Amino acid sequence: MKRREFLARSGALVVSFALPRATAQEGGGAGSSNLPGSLAKAPALDAWIRVGANGSITVFTGKAELGQGIKTALLQIAAEELDVAFAALTIVTADTARTANEGYTAGSNSLKDSGVAIRNAAAQVRALLVAQAAKRLGAGADSLHTADGAVVSGDGKRIPYAELVDGLDLHVEAAPMSTFKDPKQYRVVSRPVARVDIPAKVSGGAAYVQDLRLPGMVHARVVRPPSYGATLAAVDEAGAAPFGAKVVRDGSFLAVVAPREWSAIKAMRALERSARWDERARLPDIAHLADAVLGLPAEDMVVEDHHAAAPGSARTLEATFTRHYQVHGSIGPSCAVAWMKDDGLTIWSHTQGVYPDRQAIAEMLGLPPARIRMIHAEGSGCYGHNGADDAAADAALIATRLPGTPVRVQWMREQEHAWEPFGPAMVTKVRAALDGSGRIVDWDYGVWSNSHSTRPGPAGSLLAAQHGAKAFAPPRQKVSKSADGLGDRNSVPLYSIPNLHVVHHFLPDMPVRVSALRSLGAYMNVFSIESFMDELAAAAGADPVEFRLSHLEDARGRDVVQAAARRFGWPRGGSAPAGHGYGFAFARYKNHAAYCAVAVEVAWDAERSRARVLRAAAAVDSGQVVNPDGLRNQLEGAILQSASWTLFEKVSFDRQRIRSTDWSTYPILRFDGVPEKVEIEILDRPGAPYLGSGECGQGPAAAAIANAVARASGKRLRDIPFRG
Amino acid sequence: MAACAPSLDSAPSLRQPFDHGLLERGAQLAAIGDCYGCHTARDGAPFAGGVAMHSPFGTIYSSNITPETQTGIGAWSERAFARALREGVRRDGAHLYPAFPYDRFSLTSDDDVHALYAYLMTRTPVHATPPSNELAFPFNMRWGLALWKAMYLRTPTPAARNDASAARGSYLVEGLGHCGSCHSPRNALFAEERDRAYQGGDLDGWHAYAIERHTKAPIPWDADALAFYLRNGWHPGHGVARGSMGLVTEQLRDAPEADVRAMAAYVVNLMGAPTPQRSAQGRELGAAPLASARNGPGRGGEIYRTACLECHDGTRPMPFGGLPLTLSLGLHGESPRNLINVILHGLGPGEGQTSPVMPGYAGALDEDQVVDLVTWLRANLTDETAWPDFRKLVRESAAMDASQLMFPPGGAGTDPLAAKAP
Amino acid sequence: MAAFELNGRNVTVDAEPDTPLLYVLRDGLKLNAAKYGCGLGQCGACTVMVNGEAVFSCLTPVSMIEGKRVTTLEGLGTALAPGKLQQAFIDEQAAQCGYCIPGMMMRAAALLAKTPHPTDAQIREAMQPNLCRCGTHMRILRAVKRASE
Ligand code: FES
Ligand code: FES
Repeated sequence: MKRREFLARSGALVVSFALPRATAQEGGGAGSSNLPGSLAKAPALDAWIRVGANGSITVFTGKAELGQGIKTALLQIAAEELDVAFAALTIVTADTARTANEGYTAGSNSLKDSGVAIRNAAAQVRALLVAQAAKRLGAGADSLHTADGAVVSGDGKRIPYAELVDGLDLHVEAAPMSTFKDPKQYRVVSRPVARVDIPAKVSGGAAYVQDLRLPGMVHARVVRPPSYGATLAAVDEAGAAPFGAKVVRDGSFLAVVAPREWSAIKAMRALERSARWDERARLPDIAHLADAVLGLPAEDMVVEDHHAAAPGSARTLEATFTRHYQVHGSIGPSCAVAWMKDDGLTIWSHTQGVYPDRQAIAEMLGLPPARIRMIHAEGSGCYGHNGADDAAADAALIATRLPGTPVRVQWMREQEHAWEPFGPAMVTKVRAALDGSGRIVDWDYGVWSNSHSTRPGPAGSLLAAQHGAKAFAPPRQKVSKSADGLGDRNSVPLYSIPNLHVVHHFLPDMPVRVSALRSLGAYMNVFSIESFMDELAAAAGADPVEFRLSHLEDARGRDVVQAAARRFGWPRGGSAPAGHGYGFAFARYKNHAAYCAVAVEVAWDAERSRARVLRAAAAVDSGQVVNPDGLRNQLEGAILQSASWTLFEKVSFDRQRIRSTDWSTYPILRFDGVPEKVEIEILDRPGAPYLGSGECGQGPAAAAIANAVARASGKRLRDIPFRG
Repeated sequence: MAACAPSLDSAPSLRQPFDHGLLERGAQLAAIGDCYGCHTARDGAPFAGGVAMHSPFGTIYSSNITPETQTGIGAWSERAFARALREGVRRDGAHLYPAFPYDRFSLTSDDDVHALYAYLMTRTPVHATPPSNELAFPFNMRWGLALWKAMYLRTPTPAARNDASAARGSYLVEGLGHCGSCHSPRNALFAEERDRAYQGGDLDGWHAYAIERHTKAPIPWDADALAFYLRNGWHPGHGVARGSMGLVTEQLRDAPEADVRAMAAYVVNLMGAPTPQRSAQGRELGAAPLASARNGPGRGGEIYRTACLECHDGTRPMPFGGLPLTLSLGLHGESPRNLINVILHGLGPGEGQTSPVMPGYAGALDEDQVVDLVTWLRANLTDETAWPDFRKLVRESAAMDASQLMFPPGGAGTDPLAAKAP
Repeated sequence: MAAFELNGRNVTVDAEPDTPLLYVLRDGLKLNAAKYGCGLGQCGACTVMVNGEAVFSCLTPVSMIEGKRVTTLEGLGTALAPGKLQQAFIDEQAAQCGYCIPGMMMRAAALLAKTPHPTDAQIREAMQPNLCRCGTHMRILRAVKRASE
């Protein structure tokens, strides 16, 4: 389908066309683990790139656009390696009927997974086109090159790709190695290409699942229980009738459906008023958050433990840090559209994982997954596991009761605030020793945390499944060790420390619903480690930047630290004008992804104990940069969002109900708190592997603010949020 | 009294070590006097001044009271400070305009002045010169102020120093708390009208309601409710503080509980015991706030039902949900000004703190619609007689700028859990 | 039934008088730009202009705007022929997820209509009612500034 046609029909994203081959990419064959990136999961070239009979080229990705600009970045990569104009390509994102199963779009992994797959596939498709031309011309492939969508021979003869399509078979397994363009020749990658999704977003185009309008579509609203685990005792269903609304009930799952959205809302309110619930939730005592977290039973896992000879310790410091539960807080509450037809159920959702969410919904409904097609459509920024999957399950469950009718569900603000899975509350404890020369010789660190991923998977991870008559139980979480880490992400400092002991005290019981929030445990771990580094620097009488450098061997890490300090204008010793403070922090995300250092200046209002961030300067190394402006945009956002989390944000609840249910009770950053200036310096590494960067700023920004506050006020704030 | 007082030496006891208890008491007294509110501009440094107050003389800007030597009070001795506070005379001898309520601060005891001085002298010094006052002749001539003072300055009565609770309430309300500076009407010379004390006053686009026997609070205040309101900026039976009252309550959170209670008790005493009929009505209202609402004809009713009632139906708890409007003093009080302000400008969000947020309807409602709405609300949700023509107030309110709106309103910046209270 | 002017043309819609303008625009008139964010006047995602003033369409009953002039983002231009403000947002790449952006732009449009060359402080002040969760604020401020130049 052509881009224009697709857009024209996007009011009804109904796509039924003959695919050239069976393309449900579920298993993608046995998977070839020696293939790079997501090619390992879906090795066929045409899982990633297809060339139409007219020469139009479509790129496929199993990743989803979340506002991070992934469509644009992947198109840049494809255009570069294919040697075609950027504008000539179109892209299809996560869709269980059309794209590879790339799991979740999360963890800053999209370029590493999908970007690498597309880059290889594009290079190999280009090679096949050249081979095709060589055959046609009877020339050696070496004598040919490509330029702007055509193969060009030594004597300057151009054969457009469109003329080479006939007989071109892309349904072949990718080779493990590709011949890439020399990064020096890049025309599209590493350029600030304008994002393809922005024009529609600034002009009222149908850009989001919220904007999807299908023929005969009805509007549904769910009546959520007042607290976790509450069961519906009674409700006056007739209350919906005056609004022309139907009631759908399945156990304690209660919803209304009406032709008009406003009627659905009024019917929902009417049912809310008459519903009687049996409540049983027992929430922790928020006034003593650290005790509540530390009081949960823990399964311990050693993350890192090494010991070496070192000078004796002269001084030992220790500290405890806490972080409250925090919301994703998407500006647009979660939304989904589902349509049950004879040939199966189609769901449009802003889920981060069409395949896993489909799996969970299939289990909930007792349908084979193959009967469900799940298509990603953009939502409001999610920053992790928000209500998207649950809203999709809501829509699916309701749609199965109204066969033939498309059903749109959108959550209300208070539902998103109260029911989304929060970023978990965490506690960290750190103790470290300095030797006589002010070097760290011993480091002991513990992080107490719930799981940071309760994503679907199993049906029990969905609210509709938990509340429905079958009452699926949420799956029990187990501690596990992984390269990326969850609560333990970034719990090991990147610094050279001879004796190091890091333990993840995993807390399987989740009194409050939690899951993945941007950067997972890295936010809190980096906040703790980097705050403590400043405490140690102060104890050692060292400049915070120099103190870090003296413990940091990683050359790229050092470059980033120095670049951020330079960009900020970090004065030796770091002293700021009266009432102000400078703060610095650094981390390499997951210890194997992007490097990021942040310096900030804050003004401290001692009367009200309030900090305001005045400016920030950051440096980032994310390997080969695909779109520098996109990277800047992500980093600016990360710093502001992290500032908001750190200064202001905490979920509030009493012993039974969540009490922060809107922006009044859960305030976030507004324009009056936005810095004057945010600068991002990019350290490009042409040809180096892509390093995920969408989340790398969260931790460093938080610690930089804490460190700046400490220097401005003499107060070391260790409990997030700082507003108390 | 001289046209100009002598200038006092700069003999700053600055940097002298004040003891912790003294500073704490100074902080509490400063909270009661709301020094912060009047001397901290929006986005400005604490106590650095620059807040505009509009008086019949013209616009007066509050001064920098940080201990900075050139632009603040860093060079002031305690004697100079005490003289400014109680006699309205600057260190250089010039008379201060009574926008600074020295007519009430004159009642403040020496000990309290000492604590306040210690507190202010230990704030962060800020170099900042507030804008110059914009005063018309003859008010730009400060000598007239000497005369003004001769007429209006109060002298302390011995009882004021007594700290039995009632006396304490009187001392704080009449003096440092300067409640009457806003809540009393002022005469043409910007002096409080003593014979109409606490009968309500207008200042900077807001009306401070009567807090004596003329009070129109639909549920009569009692001392507990008022103390809660003063410390939290809201009360489930009375609503949310806004305008400069929001700033006052934000400060009173840091004042000693006992002092706030004493102030509340004193003010409730000023209001007098409600008639049995008012009490009974209050109880009914409290039990079923919207039961008494009438549903008279008029476009205002349509606006109320479609726009206001969505939030002001009492289903979401205060202070984050809307107050049922039958309980609102805004509808019952002697002036519609605050009601109009809130309809047009709403309640802005507090910076990074929990606070009730209400959207302003300035764009959505035109002047006629506001008049209709206000008229209808008064006629249908209260038993009061209609307000006299207030169209002019609607226009004045529409022209208010952000500094007069005093967002964030503060006051209710409490944890949502506090919403459970009384 | 309510009649008003929408982006320069007269429209009549069939809606209960208490229906918020937001749902009239989205549901009845099939426009996308104004978004539901909170329905409480706290986020500004639903911001449109009524008689040149920025209003929260989520809390403005359609009966209130009878006979008035409503402008939505769609009224400022199209993706193919963007208006000045839209072009400024494109030039500054002032969006991440973009969900808040239509509301931001209408709030900015109302500011620029009254104050064609606002100071930075005026822009911040005016944008205060609108929330962005992605942290696109710096770019939004720059885009508004650019549109005013
Ligand atoms: S949706 Fe209208 S202000 Fe949030
Ligand atoms: S760009 Fe995503 S909320 Fe503003």
